[in-house]
Amino acid sequence: MYKSLFVSSIFHTAVIVLSIFTLPFIAKQPLDIPPLVSVELIQISDKTNIPFAPKAKKIIEKVKKDNEKLVSEQAPPKKVKKDEKKEVSVVKNKEKINELASKKTPTPETKKEILKKEKLDAIPLPDKKNEKLSVEEEKKQKPSQELKKEENLKEIIKPKKPKIDDTKVKQASEFEKKELFDPNNIAALIDKSKEDIGETNKKVDKISQSQDDTMDISTLTLSEEDALKAQIFGCWSIPLGLPYNENLLVRIKLKLKPDGTLIKSEILDHARMNMPGQGFYKVLAESALRAIQLCQPLKVPTSGYERWKNLQLNFDAREMLGG
Amino acid sequence: MKRFKLILYSFFILFFTISKSYSLIEVDITRGNLNPLPIAVSPLFQDKVSKIFFEKEINIDDLGSEISKVIENNLKQSGLFNPLSKDAFLQKPDIAHLKPRFEDWSLIKSQALITGKVTAVNEKLKVEFRLWDVLAGREMLALAFTTVPSNWRRVGHIITDKVYERLTGEKGYFDTRIIYVSEEGPKTQRIKKLAIMDQDGFNTKYLTLGNELVLTPRFNPTNQMVTYLSYFRNLPRVYLLDIETGIQEVVGDFPGMTFAPRFSPDGKKIIMSFAKDGNSDIYTMDIENRIVERITNHPSIDTSPSYSPDGKFITFNSDRSGYQQIYVMNSDGSNVKRISFGKGLYGTPVWSPRGDLIAFTKLHKGKFYIGVMRVDGKGERLLTENYYQEAPSWAPNGRVLIFYRETKSNDKGEGFSAKLWSIDLTGYNERMVETETDASDPSWSSLLSN
Repeated sequence: MYKSLFVSSIFHTAVIVLSIFTLPFIAKQPLDIPPLVSVELIQISDKTNIPFAPKAKKIIEKVKKDNEKLVSEQAPPKKVKKDEKKEVSVVKNKEKINELASKKTPTPETKKEILKKEKLDAIPLPDKKNEKLSVEEEKKQKPSQELKKEENLKEIIKPKKPKIDDTKVKQASEFEKKELFDPNNIAALIDKSKEDIGETNKKVDKISQSQDDTMDISTLTLSEEDALKAQIFGCWSIPLGLPYNENLLVRIKLKLKPDGTLIKSEILDHARMNMPGQGFYKVLAESALRAIQLCQPLKVPTSGYERWKNLQLNFDAREMLGG
Repeated sequence: MKRFKLILYSFFILFFTISKSYSLIEVDITRGNLNPLPIAVSPLFQDKVSKIFFEKEINIDDLGSEISKVIENNLKQSGLFNPLSKDAFLQKPDIAHLKPRFEDWSLIKSQALITGKVTAVNEKLKVEFRLWDVLAGREMLALAFTTVPSNWRRVGHIITDKVYERLTGEKGYFDTRIIYVSEEGPKTQRIKKLAIMDQDGFNTKYLTLGNELVLTPRFNPTNQMVTYLSYFRNLPRVYLLDIETGIQEVVGDFPGMTFAPRFSPDGKKIIMSFAKDGNSDIYTMDIENRIVERITNHPSIDTSPSYSPDGKFITFNSDRSGYQQIYVMNSDGSNVKRISFGKGLYGTPVWSPRGDLIAFTKLHKGKFYIGVMRVDGKGERLLTENYYQEAPSWAPNGRVLIFYRETKSNDKGEGFSAKLWSIDLTGYNERMVETETDASDPSWSSLLSN
């Protein structure tokens, strides 16, 4: 009795443990959702006043405020230090001149030359040493509280992508220098925002093998899908004689090799091919098959073969024929 | 105990071999390209005996090659195909017709291939051809025709129709003819003759001598009959002409002016407009019993009637709103509706054989346009613009329009010309149709091989 109970409990435990570790839906980790990029649609007319994105405005205002604080705390010491240095050196020079004057009585020209030399020495051109100094100063002048504020800010903008946020904060500070709400700079704002989107896209494109295991397994990313679509668009010669108002959707299931070449293609509604009165469907299906043949190897992602080794392409010419 | 172990092991194996399940990824392809399809038309092979026979019979050295040129030219003119240069072909016609090496044909970027064979059988011309899908590596179509050797150009047109239908999904328009008014001489003294030719401009024949003025020839959609208007002793007469037999008959003398006769879709009636006491209205006439029926009764000028392919509706143009616009009504004249509301004047409406569109001529700001609109007047698209152009006529598949275009003459009347042009519904494939003389008022026949 006890023996069977013991065996049963071990068996059940084993099943539960195995289920937890092997079934993907239990093991699946929460998704790392990328941040949303807000886009405002603007209708362009002869004279278009592009409204400022309210969300971006809020974020930039916050950044501006924080940077104002940073700048206000950073700026004075820089100036003060430099001014002090200048003043001190000038005073020292004056003293030296007085000393020299007391010793000798030089001509006014020589005096000027001396003064010039001294001034040049006192106010040096920006060189490497100074650059290093300024960097050090900036580091020093970022108190821990301000750093914390910045970090909080980053969390507000993009909670889980610190690299992208860095660029945003940097971008905002650049705008701040050039006066954010100057209408002449809106174009620059738009351009920069494009760059940002581009960067995020690039980051999405680069999927490591480890990420690949945890990501959503049922779809291609937008960029992967776009690359594939763009390739097939180029290969698919649409039969222009087809009527646009008929139900002419051709679904083709593909089995692909890791390099994107075709192993097998199958028309899912194959029965329609040989039905009477379905001549248009047959023509469309054949054109779709030709497009696949012509396009191969297909531009599939370099990783995650298991994801896309079976692919379904839905060819729908209505949009093209209806126009 | 052993059984228990077995079950336990099987569970272990089951769980460890379970791999991740992936749902099928779907990608929607909603766009493609409209580039012409690259197609290779291999010269049709002919043996030595046939070659000698055809050389003697119709004085053509390489008939197979000539037929392939007809096919190639037709496909190119359609704008939907790009026939590849024969210089690039790697395989000989005879072997290609038996079993093409698809690698060779795909190497020159061909997606489809036409091969064929020409033989003389019982003093007749036998042409067999095959259409191949190069990328799929399989045959798509195979047919053979037998006819008299002089009909070799028609065989080329019929093959093109079959290829066109197989690859585009709609019927072709190559085995057709165009009737038009041939024009010669200075602008003030034009000699106008009725002429007919193949759709590619070959085999021109003149049907009248040019003594009388001829206008508006129109094909019967069901056979090779033509109706046209001719002036006899300065009175307009509507004629019927059988192109096959050459028999011509007068349909009737009509008081006043008569315009634009056109057949009904069943070919049993002629619809036209008569001008009576300064008022022009639309009438139909039964060809068999010659009964004339009035369709419109309005003080305005109603002209250019054209039936819908099902015969239930008629489109025409009228100035009843103050300006010349296009209207649609039931075939009995009831329920008249204006369908054109754009700027400018609209005329010569012609219902598409497919029934979905109405082609028209539009005059706006001194320019003439050929355009199409849906039968409810929506979706107006202007396909081509010029100094002077009018009289569109549909190809039997409803995809291509033929019309004529005149050039501007100087004060002395020099520099004037009238030529036929064709344009497809995309508006991109616009071509001049070669004619022996100047030409106007074209009308496209239905398919001859129907």
